[in-house]
Amino acid sequence: MSASINRTFGIAKAVASKDLRVEMRSRVMTNQILPFAAIVMVLFAFALDNDGVLQRVAPGLVWMATLFTSLVVVQRSFAVEAADSAIDALRVAGVAPQGVYLGKVAALVVQLVAFEAVLAFLALILYRVNVDAHGAVLLVTTCLLGSLGIAALAAVYGGLSIAGRGRETLLPLLLLPAVAPVLIGATRATESAFGSDGARVVEGWPWVGLLAVFGAVFLFGGTLGFGPLTDE
Amino acid sequence: MGETSVVDVRDAVVLLGSFPALAEANVRINAGELVVVHGPNGAGKTTLLRLCAGLLPLSRGSARIMGFDIEAERSLVRASVGFLGHANGLYLDLTAGENLSFWGHVVGANREEVTAAAVRMGLNDRLLATPVARLSAGQKRRTALAVMAVRRASLWLLDEPHAGLDAAGRDEIDALLRDAVAAGATVVIASHELERSASLASRRIEVVGGRIIEQGER
Repeated sequence: MSASINRTFGIAKAVASKDLRVEMRSRVMTNQILPFAAIVMVLFAFALDNDGVLQRVAPGLVWMATLFTSLVVVQRSFAVEAADSAIDALRVAGVAPQGVYLGKVAALVVQLVAFEAVLAFLALILYRVNVDAHGAVLLVTTCLLGSLGIAALAAVYGGLSIAGRGRETLLPLLLLPAVAPVLIGATRATESAFGSDGARVVEGWPWVGLLAVFGAVFLFGGTLGFGPLTDE
Repeated sequence: MGETSVVDVRDAVVLLGSFPALAEANVRINAGELVVVHGPNGAGKTTLLRLCAGLLPLSRGSARIMGFDIEAERSLVRASVGFLGHANGLYLDLTAGENLSFWGHVVGANREEVTAAAVRMGLNDRLLATPVARLSAGQKRRTALAVMAVRRASLWLLDEPHAGLDAAGRDEIDALLRDAVAAGATVVIASHELERSASLASRRIEVVGGRIIEQGER
């Protein structure tokens, strides 16, 4: 049992390292996705050129941008697997799908958190939101758990989208409604961290608890379901 | 020829929808053989290989691969069998060496085993450091075969392994497959090219219309 768990985590580590290496080499995240998100944030700053409005909507903008970016990141993550049928090779080889799934989730979380750090920084600069030390702790926790919830669900749908050829376009349709609870929880917690509309930091922690529950449920379900859902 | 049967398929029927892609097939392959499954396109060669790889469910009959029941012990079958289809199953953005290293981590092979597999398949340092996307078709095939060696697969199932290769690349693959058999693997290749596969294999299985019509020495 313990050997099997170690094996699964070994596979997860290999898959996560491989995904991050592929991403760093392609530099799509840094050269294309991040600049696009930065431009969107700047355009919002121009469009809503009113400090009060920007501070109120900043948390929602950060998480909407994260959510839409996650679609691109997930599609890329699984496109790499589908390009030369590498995911089939893993499946044919009987590699534990739980390990593959956990590795995919880990790599997605790292990418999303890095992305959110840049977006939050831009929100601080462009939208002039204030974050104190307690707010920063809340914000970091929210980013970690929000990313986990999105990644845990997105990896399942990403796997499904390549298992059924030609269904890549279904990914947004499947994923966006399903992650709505994460979006709501993360936005509310971030509002508290940013102090938007007079929200206090302490009010954000119950939302963080909700994010933790969603993250755990999605991760557990994904670990169990990824293999059967992606198998032929 | 050894008597240990690594493939034992009996009265197997595989239905794809309502179409019988394989009908009442009986196949027995012993350890250490290099067998070619020959037949025209659409004859059922790939179906037979995919059945043996644990990728297709049996509709009727029975099959034991490497001693494991194909239905009840599918994961054990997959872990001991290497299947190479039309794609190579490699990560194109990674180098050949990184692909092998990744598989080494996944299956728990150490660095020496990975290096030995690369050497066996003729992958030198320059090729190992080259991104797979920039390798030739033959070099990609050799990398995919090296992955099988890293995986320590005992039964190699190869679907048209010569497809897309020039004459030199085909000769290289033939030599590597003979080496794999000499090293203890059992190799089954599906091919519609009788001349080349006949010179390579010790035995031929003829498939037409989903039925095994002939099995015997080449």
